[in-house]
Amino acid sequence: MDQFIVSPLFGDGPIAWYTPTNVTLWMVLTILAIGALLVLSTSRRAIIPSRAQSIAELVYGFIYKMVEDVAGKDGVRYFPYIMTLFMFILVTNFLGLIPTAFATTSHIAVTATMAMAVFLSVTILGFWKHGFGFLNIFWIGQAPLPLRPILALIEVISYFVRPISHSIRLAGNMMAGHAVIKVFAGFAVVIWIAPVSIAAITAIYALEVLVSFIQAYVFTILTCVYLKDALHPHH
Amino acid sequence: MATETTGFVSACIDSLGNAIGMPQLCAEWMPNQVFWLLVTLVVIYLVLSKVALPRIGGILAERQGTITTDISAAEDLKARALEAEEVYNKALADARAEALNIAAEMRAGIQGELNDAIAHADAEISAKVAESEKAIGEIRASALEAVKVVANDTAAEIVTALGGKADAKAVGTAVTSGMKGWT
Repeated sequence: MDQFIVSPLFGDGPIAWYTPTNVTLWMVLTILAIGALLVLSTSRRAIIPSRAQSIAELVYGFIYKMVEDVAGKDGVRYFPYIMTLFMFILVTNFLGLIPTAFATTSHIAVTATMAMAVFLSVTILGFWKHGFGFLNIFWIGQAPLPLRPILALIEVISYFVRPISHSIRLAGNMMAGHAVIKVFAGFAVVIWIAPVSIAAITAIYALEVLVSFIQAYVFTILTCVYLKDALHPHH
Repeated sequence: MATETTGFVSACIDSLGNAIGMPQLCAEWMPNQVFWLLVTLVVIYLVLSKVALPRIGGILAERQGTITTDISAAEDLKARALEAEEVYNKALADARAEALNIAAEMRAGIQGELNDAIAHADAEISAKVAESEKAIGEIRASALEAVKVVANDTAAEIVTALGGKADAKAVGTAVTSGMKGWT
């Protein structure tokens, strides 16, 4: 579990909130990677795109379409925020897969901050747009009247569980993947298990590449779904 | 990321630099992580919203515009090609009609000439036939006349030889009535 330890970049000592740590390092690398992918690659503004520009356009189109499809036309205003979340999670997930790297998204503090940010902004947005009409998302009009209070209770609980599941899903997936690889790496010191262990690490690594993308996608699409609830609280 | 030399001990790291429990749940580090996360997210947001997204959106819009313009230009060219083809087909049809006309006219002209020639030839032939018939009639008449003279002479000679007296007038009448069926 040592790979998850936060340590200061310069010297030893207590870690204050402003101390530059390995978290800082890998987040700065994330910013640089996103800059390279989305800014540098598009600097020529080519009508016929280069490979890197194609990828940038693909990511843009992918998230733009997701926001438009899930949250609706009026959700497109929030596209930059959702794109920010997606790019951050995607790139940190991938960077975390580099051996000896520090996976920032495997920490609950990071994912919970993002999930709470999404939860709070979506809730505030809902009340700001619809006033108390936002509470309609808990009151299911199509259900038979006697069932509605029960359903409302369930809806309220599920609403408040959202940020928890939202954050733990991402952190848990990332941590689990890294931990499994670590476990198999531990077996690799035994000579007659080593081939199996290395094969397993390779396989798990491939799976983790997939999971990195899928978790970024899931986090983003859930954000879009919550945003849709805030924008259109009527079922 | 553990460093063996660290002597620093906290709630989450023991004196050997190993993690105690799950480092993910170490509350001591959370302010640091949250702070740097927020800084990172703000920087990414600024980079995306000020530079990257408008630029990519612009590129995509520009490409869409180019494609639309090209397609409309292509459609324009296609329409013009169709128009040209129509004109060509019309010209072809006109030319064909004219050719047919000329052929018909030619045919009519030739037919007329032919008819004239045939009429002329017919006229010539009928003139020749009439002439020939006339000649044949003359020949026949002269032949009859000669037969009549010979018959008269022969009849007179026969009457004389038989001891009668040949009355020229009576003989002529008899020969004429005898020859009545011939002509």
